[in-house]
Amino acid sequence: MEGRFRTIFLGCLAAIAVSLCALCTTAALAAEPMTADTEQVIKPQVERREITVPTIDTEDFEVGVFGGMLSVEDFGVNPLLGVRAAYHLSEDFFVEAAVAQTTTTKTSYERLSGAAELLTSDERKLSYYNLSLGYNVLPGEAFITAKHAFNSALYLIAGAGSTRFAGDDRFTVNLGAGYRFLATDWLAIHGDVRDHLFDMDLFGEKQTTNNIELTLGATVFF
Amino acid sequence: MRTTVLILISQYLFSGLAYGSEPYREVQIADPFIELRTGAGRGYPVFLVVERGTTITLLKRRTDWFKVRTDSDQEGWVDIQQLEQTLSPSGEKTHIDEVAISDFAGYRWLMGVSGGDYGGARAVSLFGGYRFAQHLSGELTLSQALGNYSSSVSAKAGVLAHPFPEWRLSPFFALGTGAVRTSPRATLVQTPDRTHQFANVGIGAQSYLSRRFVVRVEYNDYVVFSATSDHDANEEIHEWKAGFALFF
Repeated sequence: MEGRFRTIFLGCLAAIAVSLCALCTTAALAAEPMTADTEQVIKPQVERREITVPTIDTEDFEVGVFGGMLSVEDFGVNPLLGVRAAYHLSEDFFVEAAVAQTTTTKTSYERLSGAAELLTSDERKLSYYNLSLGYNVLPGEAFITAKHAFNSALYLIAGAGSTRFAGDDRFTVNLGAGYRFLATDWLAIHGDVRDHLFDMDLFGEKQTTNNIELTLGATVFF
Repeated sequence: MRTTVLILISQYLFSGLAYGSEPYREVQIADPFIELRTGAGRGYPVFLVVERGTTITLLKRRTDWFKVRTDSDQEGWVDIQQLEQTLSPSGEKTHIDEVAISDFAGYRWLMGVSGGDYGGARAVSLFGGYRFAQHLSGELTLSQALGNYSSSVSAKAGVLAHPFPEWRLSPFFALGTGAVRTSPRATLVQTPDRTHQFANVGIGAQSYLSRRFVVRVEYNDYVVFSATSDHDANEEIHEWKAGFALFF
């Protein structure tokens, strides 16, 4: 037992001594002064070039205006103007925010009966905003004459928002499809068909109205 | 009038010059070939194949596609995966700065939209936040809630604590205050609009999806200080929301 203990103790001592020696030698070597022949003979005169990698212009945003017709159930088909902004998440998906406004006309009842008007002129104004998610379902090319080909895409889009009409804000769901025609890399022409669904309770009972919108627009990518 | 037009034209020309002088990044093809498409998407046809050794100029980027110009002045779109197989002029592999999950842990700005249920009414919100410390961010939220009997618009300022910003699904806790303006439905009653202050506590989680895209789910408990001398109880409203955001 004692023998084994002594062996271990001596072994440890030896290990420590060896590592101490090794340390001393390295220190001694390191402490040795530089001799003349290790000095650099040729001093290179290199001018470091500042390399800046040019940034690549990213164009994932799209903004623009649109105009067209909005058919408001019972309140006529009316000219509409709006603005939209989109961010392209991938080649397939994009998110879009839109705001638009129109002034509706009288209902058939108001025109035929000549009775008191249902809405004030302020309430007759319709404005909406929405946030939608779009999917480019059919990317492709449009061939205009034999010499020109333009990129285009057919997209499906749906979203939610709010419509202010007849004195109230109404939760609105929109869905539809559009055609994006790229005249150049940065300029797009849009044709859209959209259905805006919201509930109306103006005539007593609550009913869901379908309001079809047809628009043409132009957007720029940046 | 004429002077204004002239100034505008000259500004346009000078900006054009400045734009034209901006250096573009050049890379050399290392793979046997890369494919150029007519548009930024896999649905557009390949119209040109460019061989190994050719130098191409990167003009712009749209999502994961790059518009490039070849040395024979032909322009087309290349996918990011093919572009990563090219070399820089110094012979290094092309590195494209990609937004990744590691950036999600240290983002500064967050902007997004959400929708859900606010005390039985359908609600939509727009929010924007700035992270001023690793675990803390400030956020502004604009919401509109559309119910059967009333609609409301609210503005809220809040502080969010992110205890684990490095997690892919990162939870957060929120404290906020703001004001809400409630308008009863026009067809129901002709009561005036009311504006009240509120305070809220919230809990939620946001998860990294891809690129700059984040999805978020949150629950908020609001106390609207609507107590008056005749009605001494404050209103409590529960809100559930889900949405998405972009970080920068």
